[in-house]
Amino acid sequence: MELLAFGKTGWGDELFYATLMTIAVSITAMLIGFLFALIFTPLKLSKYKFLNIFGNFYTTLIRGVPELLVIYLLFFGGSGAVMYVASIFGYFEYIEINAFLIGSLAIGIISGAYSTEVFRGAIKSIDKGQFEAAKVLGLSKFTRFYKIIFPQMLRFAIPNLSNVWQITLKDTSLISVTGLVEIMRQSRIASAFTRDPLFFYSIAGLIFLILTFLSMKLINKFEAKYMNKF
Amino acid sequence: MDIDLIITSLPKLLSASLITLKLLLISLIIGMFLGLFFAICRMSKNIFIKQFAYGYSYIFRGTPLLVQIFIIYFGLAQLEWLKNSFLWIILKDPYWCAIIAFSLNSGAYTSEILRSAFQTIKPGMIEAGKSLGISNKIIFYKIQIPIAIRQSLPAYGNEMILMMKGTSLASTVTLMDITGVAQKIISTTFKPIEVFIIAGSIYLFMTFCINNLIKLLEKKYNF
Repeated sequence: MELLAFGKTGWGDELFYATLMTIAVSITAMLIGFLFALIFTPLKLSKYKFLNIFGNFYTTLIRGVPELLVIYLLFFGGSGAVMYVASIFGYFEYIEINAFLIGSLAIGIISGAYSTEVFRGAIKSIDKGQFEAAKVLGLSKFTRFYKIIFPQMLRFAIPNLSNVWQITLKDTSLISVTGLVEIMRQSRIASAFTRDPLFFYSIAGLIFLILTFLSMKLINKFEAKYMNKF
Repeated sequence: MDIDLIITSLPKLLSASLITLKLLLISLIIGMFLGLFFAICRMSKNIFIKQFAYGYSYIFRGTPLLVQIFIIYFGLAQLEWLKNSFLWIILKDPYWCAIIAFSLNSGAYTSEILRSAFQTIKPGMIEAGKSLGISNKIIFYKIQIPIAIRQSLPAYGNEMILMMKGTSLASTVTLMDITGVAQKIISTTFKPIEVFIIAGSIYLFMTFCINNLIKLLEKKYNF
């Protein structure tokens, strides 16, 4: 227990901040994922074959390739890409991108592929009559989506989105390879320092268990509240 | 785009894919048995056995695979009594540590898949077996298990793909699987895109094969 004390003697406060970092990365990644889903879900549902191919390429690629590989691509390729763009504008200095940004972006791209599938499935499971009725009522395209399709889609999507959240939360442990100090990285530092990896990795596992447990409780509560509206 | 790098690193990555395949196959087979065992435990009437199986699947599904590998590879080495026992021959090898972690992880997911498959079996099938005078044991082995396996095929296909992606974590414990080799090439040449294209295509090809295998099995065991 001494090892977990707050302050200079223990690793409690370090682990606490690392946990906050993990939560911050997960939330940012989830939001970035929604952004990607917002772009790729319409592509996958589009009438045009050409756009479908784009959408399918994204989800198949990300769901078929290991997360670690995507992280390596962005981590090593990210600053190169930014430097290339900068060199077009006449800036040739070395640019290093923040590990938090790269990590969130990498996890966000992965989580986006899963979110896209969830949203696509949710929209597909809405009754066709709803689309037609909305059209017959003469609602504008925006109102049709925002007032009729979107709320119904959310009802189908929320249970599956909670799965995506769990995957995203666990995937953040992988960005420890880039050096961002989140739970895994901090446990690695602590166990290298104290030579007690068993203890610190078990603590890391416990923190993840608590995080998944708490988020499950929260989502269930939210779901119960939201579902009552229908 | 560096075509030379693609040509020179392709054979390296292809030979590394053998390790990935080995890791995947062995852990899936062990995971299948573990999953079946714990799924049966979950249906037990004994509350302790049931809770134990539930706890197992909860812990392994609630923590990242990376944590599990690190605990087994770095953590267990710390226990003196384990170091002196015969188990150390297995546990000092990162290859077997990775397999243990993957098998336990896959076992947890497989047990959930099989459990829900067992629950969806119609009671009529079991009753039909009973009225034919078949013993409970044979009903279980010859009726319930085959139906459950057929029902869980699509979900198990997903689990196979997840596990294939999971094997990439073996590279974090010094194993040279596809991702490990890819990372090494990237960090020496600083050309991530080329390497990603090849390594990614190998993984995608494996995903494609798994998908087709599952489709084939589904067709074969259709009823």
